[in-house]
Amino acid sequence: MTKNLRVKSSEYIDETNRISFKFNGKTYHGFKGDTLASALLANDVHLVGRSFKYHRPRGIMTSGSEEPNAIVQVNPGTNRTEPNVRATEVEIYEGLEASSQNCWPSVEFDIGGINNFLSPFFPAGFYYKTFMWPASFWEKYEFFIRHSAGLGKSPTANDPDIYDHRNIHCDVLVVGAGISGILAAKNAAKNNFKTLLVDEKNELGGSTIYENNEFNKIDNKAPSEWLKKEIEELKNVKNLEIKTRTSVAAYHQYNYLLARENLTDHLETKDKTNKIRQRLLKIRAKKVILATGALERPLIFNNNDRPGIMLSSAVKKYSEFYGVACGNKNIFFTNNDSAYESAMSLYNKGINVEAIIDIRERSESKIVKKVKEAGIKVYWSHTIVDTTGYKRLNSVSIMKLSNDGTSVTGSKISISCDCLGVAGGWTPAVHLYTQSGSKLKFDEEKKAFLPNQNTSEQISVGSCGGDFKIDEIIKNLNQKLKDNLNIKETDLENINVEIDKENSKRNIWLLPSDKPLGKTKPFVDYQNDATAKDIKLALREGFRSIEHVKRYTTTGMGTDQGKLGNMHALGIIADTAGVKMGELGTTTFRPPYTPLTFGTIVGRNVGKFFDIFRRTPMNDWHVENKAEFENVGQWKRAWYYPINEETIHQAVQRESKAARESAGILDASTLGKIDIQGSDASEFLNRVYTNAWSKLAIGKCRYGLMLNEDGMVYDDGVTTRLGENHYIMTTTTGGAANVLGKLEDYLQTEWPELDVYLTSVTDHYATASLCGPNSKKILKKIIPDLDLSDENFPHMSFKESKIGNIQCRIMRISFTGEHSYEINVQASYGKDLWEKCIDAGKEFNITPYGTETMHLLRAEKGFIIVGQDTDGTMTPIDLQMDWIVSKKKYDFIGKRSLYRSDTMRRDRKQLVGLLTDDPNIVLEEGAQIVSELNQSPLEMLGHVTSSYFSPNLKKSIALAVVRGGKDMMGKKLFVPMENKNINVTVAKPVFYDEKNERLNA
Amino acid sequence: MFLINCPYCGERDQQEFKAGGEAHIERPKQPTELSDDEWAEYLFMRKNIKGVQFERWNHAHGCRKWFNMVRDTSNDEIKAIYKMGEKPPAQ
Ligand SMILES: [Zn+2]
Repeated sequence: MTKNLRVKSSEYIDETNRISFKFNGKTYHGFKGDTLASALLANDVHLVGRSFKYHRPRGIMTSGSEEPNAIVQVNPGTNRTEPNVRATEVEIYEGLEASSQNCWPSVEFDIGGINNFLSPFFPAGFYYKTFMWPASFWEKYEFFIRHSAGLGKSPTANDPDIYDHRNIHCDVLVVGAGISGILAAKNAAKNNFKTLLVDEKNELGGSTIYENNEFNKIDNKAPSEWLKKEIEELKNVKNLEIKTRTSVAAYHQYNYLLARENLTDHLETKDKTNKIRQRLLKIRAKKVILATGALERPLIFNNNDRPGIMLSSAVKKYSEFYGVACGNKNIFFTNNDSAYESAMSLYNKGINVEAIIDIRERSESKIVKKVKEAGIKVYWSHTIVDTTGYKRLNSVSIMKLSNDGTSVTGSKISISCDCLGVAGGWTPAVHLYTQSGSKLKFDEEKKAFLPNQNTSEQISVGSCGGDFKIDEIIKNLNQKLKDNLNIKETDLENINVEIDKENSKRNIWLLPSDKPLGKTKPFVDYQNDATAKDIKLALREGFRSIEHVKRYTTTGMGTDQGKLGNMHALGIIADTAGVKMGELGTTTFRPPYTPLTFGTIVGRNVGKFFDIFRRTPMNDWHVENKAEFENVGQWKRAWYYPINEETIHQAVQRESKAARESAGILDASTLGKIDIQGSDASEFLNRVYTNAWSKLAIGKCRYGLMLNEDGMVYDDGVTTRLGENHYIMTTTTGGAANVLGKLEDYLQTEWPELDVYLTSVTDHYATASLCGPNSKKILKKIIPDLDLSDENFPHMSFKESKIGNIQCRIMRISFTGEHSYEINVQASYGKDLWEKCIDAGKEFNITPYGTETMHLLRAEKGFIIVGQDTDGTMTPIDLQMDWIVSKKKYDFIGKRSLYRSDTMRRDRKQLVGLLTDDPNIVLEEGAQIVSELNQSPLEMLGHVTSSYFSPNLKKSIALAVVRGGKDMMGKKLFVPMENKNINVTVAKPVFYDEKNERLNA
Repeated sequence: MFLINCPYCGERDQQEFKAGGEAHIERPKQPTELSDDEWAEYLFMRKNIKGVQFERWNHAHGCRKWFNMVRDTSNDEIKAIYKMGEKPPAQ
């Protein structure tokens, strides 16, 4: 039988709207407005999870995104399931299901809990020390660790939701809609700044919205009442956009911020469909106002992690905002006045407060007096030395603190309780501030790291800037707004604030117990089970840097990034090492502030939108004719065209034979095409290619090899001279964009004196490559009045012509060694051109072939493919292409590097042909080549770069790069494979028609 | 994510740009006259400064123009941007 701990209707909870949900399989009820955490607490459920290392029972500690313990799996077993969600951030809806993580078989009975009793054996660095050796055992260790850990389960089905990205440009971005954020946004917008106000919660107002300390007044009203009126007024403010349920995840340089807007997570499942679930906002703001507030910190004492031990501010929020009592017998433990406000909040609602344990000697504030008047017992100068209750807190033991705060004295008093609110002071939420690159400084009086050196146009206002009291918040906000926004006046000038002044604190990072530290469990990082003892051990073992201590002890490395305990870790290190906290610095807070879903990160870029792809104008024909495609860069290229049940091998053998015996046609539209014009175009080509271009006649084509400045082959292709000052260059399909970029770079930065203009025209032309002994006859049928004689239209020349009314450029060039023509038309006529060729070629059995056959045919001829036979370490000399390197030209890109001692070594890897002794064995591309089999280790001479079974030669052929290969002609080598050694012989890298007789056949 | 003020287009997001390494390394006019060491100095040696560094940037997804940038690599502050061929600002 679960208890109902609702105490009083709250205006933020709609008690007319009852909602049922399941937690760990059991049905509970809550109301519209509840979070999963508040609804569970209302049902007296504190135990929600187990800790990571010791599997200790853990309860809800906080009411916000800093929650370390209440991490749940939402909607387990569905395709919308999400692990590692903070119960304090889940708004409940009808049908919501959630379950605990990190426990098996159940949160109530967890086998891993045995680690808790073994904990003396799990000190800091345990995993590093234990699982390091022997290395071969790692797989077993990993299995053990993963099985017993398990931080939730990722979904196994496709995510059904839609995610979105949006770019926002604004004058002022205000992060956090507490009192400071609201006032800042209102004043910015009123002064004509285009303003965006975001807050991670669904309601505006931060903690002030439920602030009911009767001694605090703004313009004679309770702060909550006053702020509600301000929020109401926001509706009439122009230039202001407000986004709730929007959490800023990252603050990058130059005021670029990423925020996640949550749109449907709070809706019932039936209302989630066909809506955008989360939107990633990419915000570029001229000015950023951080109003991210402060996080209350706990106190570090023995067994401070039991379910029922919470932050004092959370106990207050559950009571004031959600109308939930976190316990029937409440105690507070504090070092400042905050806990007294929480105590009075509970008292005023009729919730029992047993006592307040205060480590200070006294406090004279009005709220403390009020607590005493209410008859609540206060134990001054006392500390908790232990707690009891395995799955729920049931008592605390307290003792008197010594004057120096390092030990306890006197007798132990035990107080029975079921909820303990802990108040250890406030830590400004400076996470986003430091992400932006700005620097912090430690404030000794406030015991907090505060913004100090801003690197961008930003201010931190309110408690994240170190102002904790309403009067100083408003006063400093007023000045900061005037200075930063450069405005004359704000509406904050004449606000009258009365506050409860006393603000005494006593800060002790690690509270003593009557037991020695070795026998206690004072947790610093709850999620990762790091204790004060672990931190001290790390220091004893010699770790000094805070970053190293963090990694060794895993403090601050959980999904909560140690938002609660990081300050204590620093404090304990500083105290132990005897240094000042300011000198120690902080660890780096990295984005995201709270975890992001992968869906939000990728947005719409899923499925076919995952990456850009390009299709040629002939694509539809390839699809209709059952082509298989391969990706070449972003292009989808026809790979081969299987007929009936043909395998790739069968199709390629057929296509290759047809291209040499009669006619083949290839879609070459993807080749890069760069239009080059200008009076210095010839000179430019001279400088970028290895061979000479000045004497190329108009109407002629030439193959060129382009190097990098280091002498290595970068790209190749045929360039045609269209006119006196006009060329068209072709590049490899994959290299087109880079080649254009490289050429532009040289033109703009090294040779700005050259009169040359470059234009990418890759997409403007469609190209059909017609090849084979019957290609001439087919072209004749398409363009009857073009003279195709070798005299008029020889190999390596160009003609401008017309197919019907369509203008076309025809190059007689060949990548297969056959008589061929590349026909270029305006892209929109590409399919028409292709179909005309196919029709005209029918009587010659014209065979469309894809990239695989193209590769095979060129390999028979020994033509290289840049990027397949080269890898950025091959010079033209290595490729046995010395013929293309001009000896006469004074300079070209890469020339000097060809004469470096290293590039002239004779034992460099060089391109050779390889023939297998058994002509039926086809080598694997990438296979290693050796000369000696009885060696250990084998000395690798090189590897196979291209390998095919040639149907025209009826034998296996391969290209390879082999160290000193040029001098090995005829030498026997070996290709060792897993089950056999293949005998090969080094050959020339050309296998077919070495004399190029077929070009003119 | 930088906000880069292209001298031809104005302020644009960093994702439109491509970084092009150290600036003011001029390609030797007469490479063949250089020793291997001198050529290697031009070809391979680049500074990697923690602090103020002169860099080349290209507005690759915009006007495609190259320009120079002075950037403090320790905090990514862009101190100056100027066109190719222009003299770097006095430090
Ligand atoms: Zn530009």
